[in-house]
This record gives sequence, structure tokens and C-alpha cells, in this order.
Amino acid sequence: MNRSLLRSLLPIISLAVVLGATFYVQPRTMSYFGLNLMLQYAVPIALATIAQMFIITVNDLDLSIGPFVGLVGCISATLLYSNPLLGTLALLLCIAAYAAVGALIHSRNLPSIVVTLGLSFVWLGIAVLILPSPGGKAPEWLKSIMALQTPFIPFPIIAAVVIGLVVQLALMHSSFGVIARGAGGNPRAMARAGWSMLKTKAAMYALAGFFGVLSGLSLLGLTTSADAHVADRYTLYSIAGVILGGGEFIGGRVSPMGAVIGALTLALAGSFLIFLRISPDWQIGAQGAILILVLALKAPLTTRDASK
Amino acid sequence: MINIWNRLRHEPWIWSFLAAIGVWLATITYTGGQGAGEILTAALSFATFSIIVGLGQMMVITTGPGNVDLSIPATITLAGVVAMKVMDTDSARLLLGIGAALGVSFLVGAFNYGLIRLLRIPPIIATLSSSFLVLSTAISYGRGIRIKPPLPLDSFATARFLGIPLAAVFVVVLSIVLAIVIKRTLYGRAVVAIGQNPRAAWLAGINVNQTRFMTYVLSALLAGVCGILLSGFSGGAALNMGEEFLLASIAVVVIGGTSVAGGRASVPGIWGAALFMYLLVTMLNTFGASAGVRLIMTGVIIITVIVIAGGEREQR
Amino acid sequence: MNQTAIKLDGVERNFGAVRALAGVSLEVGSGECLGLVGHNGAGKSTLMHILAGTLSPDKGEISVGGARHEGQWSVNVARTNGIRCVFQELSLCPNLTVAENVRVVHGSLKGFGWKKRSRDLALAKLDEIFPGHGIGPTDAISDLPIGKRQMAEIARAFTLTDIPLRLVILDEPTSSLDAVTAQQLLTFIRSQVAKGTSVILISHLLGDILGTCDRIVVMKDGKAVAERPAKKFDRHSLVAAMGTVVSRHKSTDTKLEQAKSQAPVAIRARPKTASDTDELIAHKGEIIGLAGLSGHGQTRMLLQVFSRSDAEITEPLAFIAGDRQSDGIFNLWSIASNVTIRSLRSLLKRGLIVGDAESGLAAEWKDRMGIRTPDMNNNILTLSGGNQQKTLFARALASEAGIILMDDPMRGVDIGTKLEVYEMIAREARNGRTFIWYTTEMEELQYCDRAYVFRNGAISASLDHDDLTEEKILQASFAESSAA
Repeated sequence: MNRSLLRSLLPIISLAVVLGATFYVQPRTMSYFGLNLMLQYAVPIALATIAQMFIITVNDLDLSIGPFVGLVGCISATLLYSNPLLGTLALLLCIAAYAAVGALIHSRNLPSIVVTLGLSFVWLGIAVLILPSPGGKAPEWLKSIMALQTPFIPFPIIAAVVIGLVVQLALMHSSFGVIARGAGGNPRAMARAGWSMLKTKAAMYALAGFFGVLSGLSLLGLTTSADAHVADRYTLYSIAGVILGGGEFIGGRVSPMGAVIGALTLALAGSFLIFLRISPDWQIGAQGAILILVLALKAPLTTRDASK
Repeated sequence: MINIWNRLRHEPWIWSFLAAIGVWLATITYTGGQGAGEILTAALSFATFSIIVGLGQMMVITTGPGNVDLSIPATITLAGVVAMKVMDTDSARLLLGIGAALGVSFLVGAFNYGLIRLLRIPPIIATLSSSFLVLSTAISYGRGIRIKPPLPLDSFATARFLGIPLAAVFVVVLSIVLAIVIKRTLYGRAVVAIGQNPRAAWLAGINVNQTRFMTYVLSALLAGVCGILLSGFSGGAALNMGEEFLLASIAVVVIGGTSVAGGRASVPGIWGAALFMYLLVTMLNTFGASAGVRLIMTGVIIITVIVIAGGEREQR
Repeated sequence: MNQTAIKLDGVERNFGAVRALAGVSLEVGSGECLGLVGHNGAGKSTLMHILAGTLSPDKGEISVGGARHEGQWSVNVARTNGIRCVFQELSLCPNLTVAENVRVVHGSLKGFGWKKRSRDLALAKLDEIFPGHGIGPTDAISDLPIGKRQMAEIARAFTLTDIPLRLVILDEPTSSLDAVTAQQLLTFIRSQVAKGTSVILISHLLGDILGTCDRIVVMKDGKAVAERPAKKFDRHSLVAAMGTVVSRHKSTDTKLEQAKSQAPVAIRARPKTASDTDELIAHKGEIIGLAGLSGHGQTRMLLQVFSRSDAEITEPLAFIAGDRQSDGIFNLWSIASNVTIRSLRSLLKRGLIVGDAESGLAAEWKDRMGIRTPDMNNNILTLSGGNQQKTLFARALASEAGIILMDDPMRGVDIGTKLEVYEMIAREARNGRTFIWYTTEMEELQYCDRAYVFRNGAISASLDHDDLTEEKILQASFAESSAA
């Protein structure tokens, strides 16, 4: 009991430590403006992490979410900008494609890693076709949403918390969420209880696509122009975010709020390392070290399921 | 003839070769036979590198579901940087440089498995995290100017004999050795057995942990070899030299007919797939296809291959 | 019995070459508790899976409430007809809470307030069946010990929403319960039956069956072989109906036995699964049986010996799996590779496996074990189950191992193969090999020099060859049966 409590608190503790360390190293960040700047990109990363989390919930992995976010940016900076109706349609098509991939993976029992690896090329290719070189324009409304100045608490924090809470409610507290998580926990028992795993998987992939679209939109709102490669790193960030947030690859054990916190931690860790004046050479290495450190803390807390 | 075909068509690797030949034929038909030889030579040269790392990735993937090495690109870079710096353009320090590069590669492999085994981190995240550390080490250590490879390495990596790159011959030998290792050594049998059923392998007296350890080390060592050769080939090490091999190493394994669920490795398939991937890009270039179309085609082919080949084995 | 709740007519089901059900007809009246007994592999679980809709019959009819069911019988059809099942292997999602697992089986638990409703439902049913259970409806299943998981799953099967309960099937429901909770369950079953719900109870605990059921059906070899009201049975007649008349295959050679028990000790180990238990001792050349109900620590004992933890072992070990698919076979390999994997070390020359030596070894064991195949290079799955099992025997016996551990290896193997293998085991034991043989089949114990009976992870009795009768073994297995 104590261990599982500690396990669920671990993401918050990690975030608090990184945040505290950042404030300590650079006290000026302890302000509305400082936090706003540091956490700017937390929103798209958090949304991509949530997308990844839906896939991980059903024991799969999505290696294509990064390029997909990039593709959404490209579509939005061109098609959605010039022809909102057509652009919306294209984005809906993207979500439908995700659902179809989920159905294909389930019905042919394919390894998701390989299918989404191939898919990442497809997304990138379409993005490059639409927008061969960086450019395009973000729709005005998108820019103004992302530049929102909320009172007292910076917008990225509010947005992240709202995203986390909404998904938490949908996945952890709704009756559909039970079925979705059950599909990851014991697919055979779910089938025995009469649930269609095909529908569940397709729905989860569609949700991942939806949040991927949101991530792409919010990223475009920040960058204001698109680039097919802008979000390539998001694949890795999103996986790491889910795991940092207390999720596990197998068994339907995920935490939406945790995933958002994990994404925030990753976004912050980047800033923290800059403030730490670690030589730029070691920036990325330090990220790896933080990742290993947090996962190492998790190891002794992981309960081994006795039934398996 | 028909007999040979009947036997061959059940081999998982034959399709990648047929695809490679088909693409090559389509290309030279388009050019009217022009440059047929040159295309093959170039394909051999460039495929060499993805074959080396593909072999390592193949062994890792063969040890069973969930096993994959994402630290290959970073290891390529680190090995390249270490080799160039230790050699310092001096031919006399050639072996020292190779030894140092392979030494750090070994450490990367051991570190990877340490994370997986001791900290119980899933391989995909473990090798990803360690790749960040490895890349930083490479960046930090390899600061400053680009160092040229010593002459013997340069000429070995770029030499050709009757249009056949010397490096390709070296990789043929390497592949044959690995094929023998898989079929005829205790280690190779253990890898394939673990990939099919780790519990049955343990009950059959196989040391599962030791075998997995050796496999991650082998993958890192092969990435090291790739890094050294690639530095020789392209006139020095570069910090982004490993990048393209993350996806390439996995793609050649999958297209080559190695089972993604583990337990079945195919060395010839790696060759077919690597040649096919390169020739496909060449063909699309020749046809004047844009970068976008090339990427889409690559993705569609990977998915098609796995849809046709995959799903044959129920996952328990 | 006033009215039929459900009826099976001539149900057949095959798994490959194995005939799991050979035409079973079964009728359960509403408000009746039917007991189902039989040895492992008699077809009880298959029959229950068919009733629950998770397996479809090859042949036969199913009628509900007197009316014959037309069309495909499936999980959802069974569910809407009010049939619930507690399977032997638990069907809960470990990552969900108790209440969430209740939601999984009730499509109607959705919309606003579903959480509270399913929490209340779970808690009320747990309170009703197991007063003082100590389970919270928001506890995650993975945090519960196995016994409480089983209680949660049983309670779940009896929860009621929009579909009235017609029949609840309980497959070994008390296997992880302590005596008090088991008794609570049996009392609850009687009260449910009194209310008109039907229950099928499958159990190895004959006392439970005799004390709880109205009628008892005995199954053997995929058929229902006896059916009587429970009052007409007692423990002896039930055992007799289940059992087979065992003929002694072996004349006891006292001299040989004495020689064996004076041979050096090959294994000495104390089960780690219990605190208060005897030691297992095997002398070189002995065949030692591990008996008792399945899942009472025999396999764990074998694995403990195999991993040499807390055990004195004098010789190399080899393991013969009973669950071929998960513990034994390498699916992608040839028969030959499956045989030689344990012996490769002896086939090395300068670090490489010698191909001729390998195929030679495979050919030798093809003959010695009588593996029926035209070519040892064929894939292992081309063999029948029995021949696959022979392959696993060949793997172990071809090795240098002096001690062979057997994990109920003859499960689902045809009788011809069995006799050949028994012969082989006896011969190898005479040559000095030691066998530890976990078996669920009474006849096989006749080949053992001695047997340890396991109960709840502990050795509850050590029986010499002459004491190895079905009665004595059952007695030791059931000595403290939960509710007898």
C-alpha cells in the first residue's frame, strides 16, 4: 500500500525536485514571466505525451507520433490557413487514419513498433510534400490562443493542468476508461466478458490521433510557421513522459495526470540544464542521466504482479 | 531450376532480394541500361554500413519481443570520434584507435544491459537514455576540428576492386562469420532459443542473462565497427553521422525477414533489405520523385512487408 | 428439480487430435446445485468454457430454460441468458479496482454515477458472501493477495444488474480460500440455490461437493460416466467412480529397492513454499513421485531444485516440461534442434557444433524414443502431441544430466506413448539416473519407488511404493479439506 502510494507520488516528487533546483540555480525564474517562458513548449509536449499514453494503455507503442505532430503543423500552416473547411477535413482524415491503423494492428496481430515505424516515414513524406521547406503561416486564432495571458498563473501551467484533469476524468473515472484500461490489463478476460477488443483498440488509436492533432496545432501556435521535422523528438519525449509519469509499457497501468507531469518535468529539465550552465555538450547527456535516475528510483517500487 | 525455386521461395529472405533486383531492373530500364554497374557499386558501398549495424540489431531483436537497441546511432558516432581522435591521422596509431573505439563500444553495450537487468528498465527506454549519454560523451570528447582518417583506413573504406568496394567484401566475411555463429555455436543457438521462448530456454539449461548481455555487447561492437568504417569512408567523424541508422537498422532487419517477435534471424535478408532500401531511393531519384514521395514509399513498403509477413505467430 | 435452467445435448469438442469432450449431455434444474467431479483432463473445464461461450462446441445442442438455442452460442449470448462463470485461472484485470472489475461484466453500469453504483454493488455482494472480508471496492486487484482476488471474482459473478441470474459456474472456487471463507461460500451457494439460481460446482475437494450439491455428475475421458443424487454417493463410491482400477504393472523387487535406498543421496531439498514441512530426499537411481492435487507446490518444488536454491544437488539436472507450449517446445525449430539443444556442449569441436554429430544424436534418439516422423529436420509442430512430448524426453535423456525433473509430462498424451515412455524411465533409472516425477495421474505413481504428497506447498506424507494406493494418496491430499 505504502509502496503504491510512493509510486504514484514519484512523478510529482521528480517535478518538485527539478522545479526546486531550477529556482535555486536561477531565482529569477520564480516569476510569472519566467515560468511562462520555461514552460512554453510544455503544452504541445504534454498533448503528444497524452497521445502516446492512449497507445501504451493498450500495450502498444507509437513511434510515429513525432512526425505526425509535424505533419499536423504542416497541414495547419497551409491548408487550414487558406481553406479552414478543407483543412479541418484533412485533420479529421488524419484521426481516421490512426483509428484504421489501430484496427489493422489488432486484427492482424502486428507488432505496433514496426507498423508505426513505417508510418513515421509516411507522415514525414506527406508533410514534406505539403511543405517542402519550412514556412507557412499559423492561423491567427491559434496564435492568439497560445499567446494567451492568464492572470496570476501562466497559461502553459493552466493548460497542462486542464488537459491532465480532462483526460484523467475520461480515462480513470469514466465507464469507457475502465474498458480501455482493462484491455491493457487482461485482454483475454475482457474478451471473455464480451467486449470487442477491435473496437477498443481502434478507439484508443483514434484518441491518440486526436491528441496528436491538438499537439500539432498548439505547437504551430507557438512557432507560427511549420516545419516537417519540427517535432521529430516528440516521439522519444512522449514515451519518456509516459514512463516518467508512472506509466508502464505493459498491463494498462497509466496515469494521465502523471503523464502531463512527466512532460512538464522533461520540458523543465531542458531549461534547468541551461541555467545550470552545463556545457552545451552535456545538455542531452544530462537529460539521459535524469531519465535513468528517475527510472532507477522506480525500479524498487515496481510491484511484481503475483499472478504472472 | 524449379526445384531450386521451390526451396528458395520458402526462405524468408528471398523476397528482399527479389525486390532489390526488381527495383534495380526498373531503374536501368528507365535509364536505358545506363549506369547499371555504377548503381550497383554505389548500392554496395552505402548498404555496407546499414548491414553492419543491421546485423547487430538483428541479434538484439532475435532475443525476443521488447528487445531493441536504440543506442546504435550514438555508439556509431562515439566510436567514430574516438577512433579519429586516438588515431590523430597517424597510420601507426591505426590499431590503437580501432582498439579504443571498440573498447568504448563494449562499455556502451555493457552499460545498456546493466540498465535493463539491474534497474529493470525496458530495453527501448534504457538504450534510448544511454544513447543520450553516449552522444554527449561523443560531442564533448570530439570537440573542435574535424580530424581526417589515417590513409590506410581511408583507402580501405573507399577502395574498389573491379567495381566491388573492399569494405563490402569485409562485410561479406563478417556476415558469413555471424551466420556461422548463429547456426553453429552455443551462443547463437541460445539467442535463437531465448527469442522463441525464454522460459523453455532457461529450462533447457541456457544461461539467459549471459546470452542477452553478450547480444547487447555484440550490437554495440558492430555499431563501433560501423563508426570506424564510416569515418574512414566519409573523411572523418561527424556528430550526426549515426542519425540515419536508427530507423535504417530496424528497417533492414524487418524487411529482411527476421521475426520481430524473436527467434528467427536471417543474415542474407539483411543484405537484400539494405540493397533494396538503397536501390529504391536510387530508383525514385531516377524517376524524379520528390523527397516526400521517397519517404512515403519507404513507409508504405515497411508496413506492407510486416502485414504480409507478420501476424503468423500468435503472441501469448 | 422442477424446471430446466440449462441443458447440453451430445456436446463434442476436439483440440487437434485430443478429444476433450466425447458427447456430453448435462442438465441443470433451476434452483439446483450440480457437482462436477473427475480427474484432471476429464473435460470439466472444457465443458464449462462451452457453457460460458468462450469455446464453441464442434457438435451438440444447448437449450436454455427448455427452449433450444438457435444460431451461434457466444459469450454475449451466454451473458444475456444470465450465465456467469468463475474460471479456474482468474479473469480479473489486475490493473483495475474491484469495483471497476465489476463494471467490466455489466454493460449497464455506465453514465452518471456508475462508479458509486458499482462500488455499492461490489461491497454489498462481498458483505453478503464473505462477511468480514476486508476488501475495499477501490482496492486494485494487483494489491490483493490471491485469496482475496478469488473472493472478489466470486462476488463479481453473483452481482446483479439488469440481467437476472440463471446459472453460476464455479470452477475450483475454493482453491485459494482458507477454511473459513470456503465455508462462507458454500453456505452462500445453498442460500442462492434456495432462491432459485442454479450453480455448477467443480471441485477436487470431495467433502465440499458431497456437502453442498444436490446432484453429482462424474466425468472421465470427456464423458459423463456417473450421475446420482449427492445423497447416494459417499467419498468411497465417488472416488471409485472417478478412478480407474489400477493393475500393478511392476512386481516389487525388494532387493533392488533396498539397493536403491542405500545408494548415495542425489537430492536433498526442503520446499520453500511452506515453513513446516518434511524434506525431499532422492537417492541415486530412484524414481520419486510428487503427488497431491494440482497446484499445491509440486511444480514449484521442481523449479526450486532446478534452480538449485536451498537444495543439495550432486549431479547435472534436466527438466521435462508438461506444458509443452509454454515451457518446452521451440516452435520455429526442427525436431532435431529441439532434441539436441540440451546436449550441444558435447557436440562441440573447436567451439563449433559439428553438424554430423548433431544429426547423429538426433537420429539415435529418434530410434530410442520411437519418435514417429519421416525426417528429424521437419518442424517440431508437424508432430502429434505425444511425439512432441517424446521429443522433450529425448532432449533430457540425451543430455549428460543424472537427475531428470518431470513436470507432469504425460498430460494429454495417448496411452501407447505413455507405456513406451514408462518403460524408458524404468530402464534409465536402472542405469542410475534419478527421476523426480510430478504427476496428476494415479497410475503413474505405480512406477515410483516412493512418493511425496503435497498439500498447500508442504509435504504432507511420504508413501513407499507398497503404500501408493489411490485411497492413501487422496487421504493425504485431502486430510484437512477446507470444509469436510
